[in-house]
Amino acid sequence: MKQDIILAGVGGQGILSIAYVIDNAALAEGLFFKQAEVHGMAQRGGAVQSHMRLSSRPVWSDLIPRGEADMILSVEPLEALRYLDYLRPDGIVVTSSTPYKNIPDYPDLDNILDAVRKAPKAVIVDSEKLAKEAGTVKAQNIVLLGAASGFLMLKEAGLKTVIEALFKGRGGPVLEANLKAFDLGRKAASGS
Amino acid sequence: MGRQILLGDEAVALGAVHAGLSAGYSYPGTPASEIMEFLVRLAAERKDFTAAWSVNEKVAYEEALGASFAGKRALVSFKHVGLNVAADPFMNSALTGANGGLVVVSADDPGMHSSQNEQDSRYFAQFAQVFCYEPADHQEAYDMTREAYDVSERFGLPVLMRLVTRLSHSRSSVETKEPRGQNELHPGAPRDWTLLPVNARRRFGLLLDRQAEMARFSDGSAFNVLRLNDKDRSLGVIAAGVGYNYFREACGPDGDLPSFLKVSTYPLPEGLVRKLVEHVGSVLVVEDGYPFIEKQLKGLFGIAGKTVLGRLSGALPRSGELSPDSVRAALGLEPLPALAKSGLPLAGRPPQLCLGCPHADTFKALNKALESYPGSGVFSDIGCYTLGALPPYNAIETCVCMGASISMARGASDAGLRPAVSVIGDSTFAHSGITPLLGAAASDVDMTVFILDNSTTAMTGGQPSFGTGERLLRIIEGLGVPRERVRTIDPLPKNHEKNVGIIREELDHRGLSVVVAVRECVQETRKKRS
Repeated sequence: MKQDIILAGVGGQGILSIAYVIDNAALAEGLFFKQAEVHGMAQRGGAVQSHMRLSSRPVWSDLIPRGEADMILSVEPLEALRYLDYLRPDGIVVTSSTPYKNIPDYPDLDNILDAVRKAPKAVIVDSEKLAKEAGTVKAQNIVLLGAASGFLMLKEAGLKTVIEALFKGRGGPVLEANLKAFDLGRKAASGS
Repeated sequence: MGRQILLGDEAVALGAVHAGLSAGYSYPGTPASEIMEFLVRLAAERKDFTAAWSVNEKVAYEEALGASFAGKRALVSFKHVGLNVAADPFMNSALTGANGGLVVVSADDPGMHSSQNEQDSRYFAQFAQVFCYEPADHQEAYDMTREAYDVSERFGLPVLMRLVTRLSHSRSSVETKEPRGQNELHPGAPRDWTLLPVNARRRFGLLLDRQAEMARFSDGSAFNVLRLNDKDRSLGVIAAGVGYNYFREACGPDGDLPSFLKVSTYPLPEGLVRKLVEHVGSVLVVEDGYPFIEKQLKGLFGIAGKTVLGRLSGALPRSGELSPDSVRAALGLEPLPALAKSGLPLAGRPPQLCLGCPHADTFKALNKALESYPGSGVFSDIGCYTLGALPPYNAIETCVCMGASISMARGASDAGLRPAVSVIGDSTFAHSGITPLLGAAASDVDMTVFILDNSTTAMTGGQPSFGTGERLLRIIEGLGVPRERVRTIDPLPKNHEKNVGIIREELDHRGLSVVVAVRECVQETRKKRS
């Protein structure tokens, strides 16, 4: 049993926090994992991605081979499309529909979402709306994690335990908002 | 001791601490920064060892060497080009030797994710004739670093730990082992450490004498794994570091493996290499970085009757980072079926200066001021402000190495370029900008130096800067720049016109001027607020 996930987004959008939650949940379940991430120059508002590999057997490569990714999990719709050629022919794309426009030539959003929908399976969630509903617009990454959680080989309770550990130091309201963001994302994905 | 999640960088750092580290030093640089970040955090908790950012890599190396002289175990870490800066003490420390264990971590950046070149640190280990480890995964990064201290003390030499970005910045879980204590103080012998010719010749002889023993040790290392396949003797694979991971990935979890040798230590395990080569018809070398092993294997004339494949032969790309896909192709395997790209043209998203970044305002003012000086040259340096080379600023013309902006502007000014302008950050100035400015001040070179003081080492995540604020101004004056030619500006949109005026005055001045743009990095301001 294995699961390879490409986490995508723009530097500063919190994909490393998603990775942190998945890493720790995987460790708690006794799974093998490797997770390659991008630091340094690209983190300054550039396209960033993280290769997340979970398996019941030892993992060799830190990078996912093209064609092995089971899921693309993106905090930003344009970034979801950048790695489609890593996806298995039966893979799933879970993405936010909220664009992050820090470039002058950002494509038409409808065209982007249409292209996402052409994936074998696509889950698109309005992370901005759901995060605001949860209490903080900063929790969009956790909305996406919630949306993906139903498709992960990890237990929901395990993911939530790590989210609690991650946010408990930042006060009750922040923790509550992130747990709610997770639930709202999960619910939105189950309806799609 | 249990399992914990670590970056490759952190696994090295923790391995060093558990090997009895007394002192670690570093200058930030991607992908090595997280080694010292981790050590600084751990030292603050434990308070039983030193972990310090240094002014530059040469200084860091010498600080570590001093700790080793005193008999304590020391670590110095930097990115690959940092080893260039530290090359002088590194090469000579192969002659002084290490007293307390000394491990040198150099993190290479194949593919140049965040670097000016993709030089391969294994050549430096060979150049200095010291032992080198190349871990493939996190557990090895931890285990090899621990063993590297034993090897350093056994041979009385520094040991190089070669990392690559892909391992440095990958996370996985590591099983840690019982830590051991630190060394007692026992300073080195002056006749070994004073490299006067009479001593240096003797020490170099000793270094040469140790080579054979180091080669035998490499051959016997359990980290080098040889597996011979007796059924199929056509192809053998020599795979080093993360290249080994890609090789195993391509073969699949249950696939039949060709004969292979996993290389983890240098000098190359010659006996093992010979056994593999004799067993097979052709050898594919899978190594990230330069074709270091492949070149040694082929020598000038190749191996009679054998084919050697790799980056030189074209079986793998000559440059750039290896990938599971390129290694798969080199093994003659078909690509995996994958989804096609959408066909929609995807706008690129390059890195850029943050919203509200002080550098943006400085570049806008500089560009405006330079409009009336068509013959100018703007020399820049390593840091966030290097992004000023990209649109919409297009403000700088060079980025070579730490501190080069000031020295190059001086050379260009001497050659007749006017105005010659240098743009450098406060941390890079402290690293390698002070000495060229001292030289330029001594002869009042006709140039204008911009020091962008954002009070941090921003690009690598906000490490401390040694020459910032009032101290920076005192340094500049102390170097001999006349007080009236040191101007400060506050790079904010509301000050644009005023700043352009000040810059024009200094560009007009025939002689050396320094303009210090003072405003804190927005990322640091944000960190303080949260």
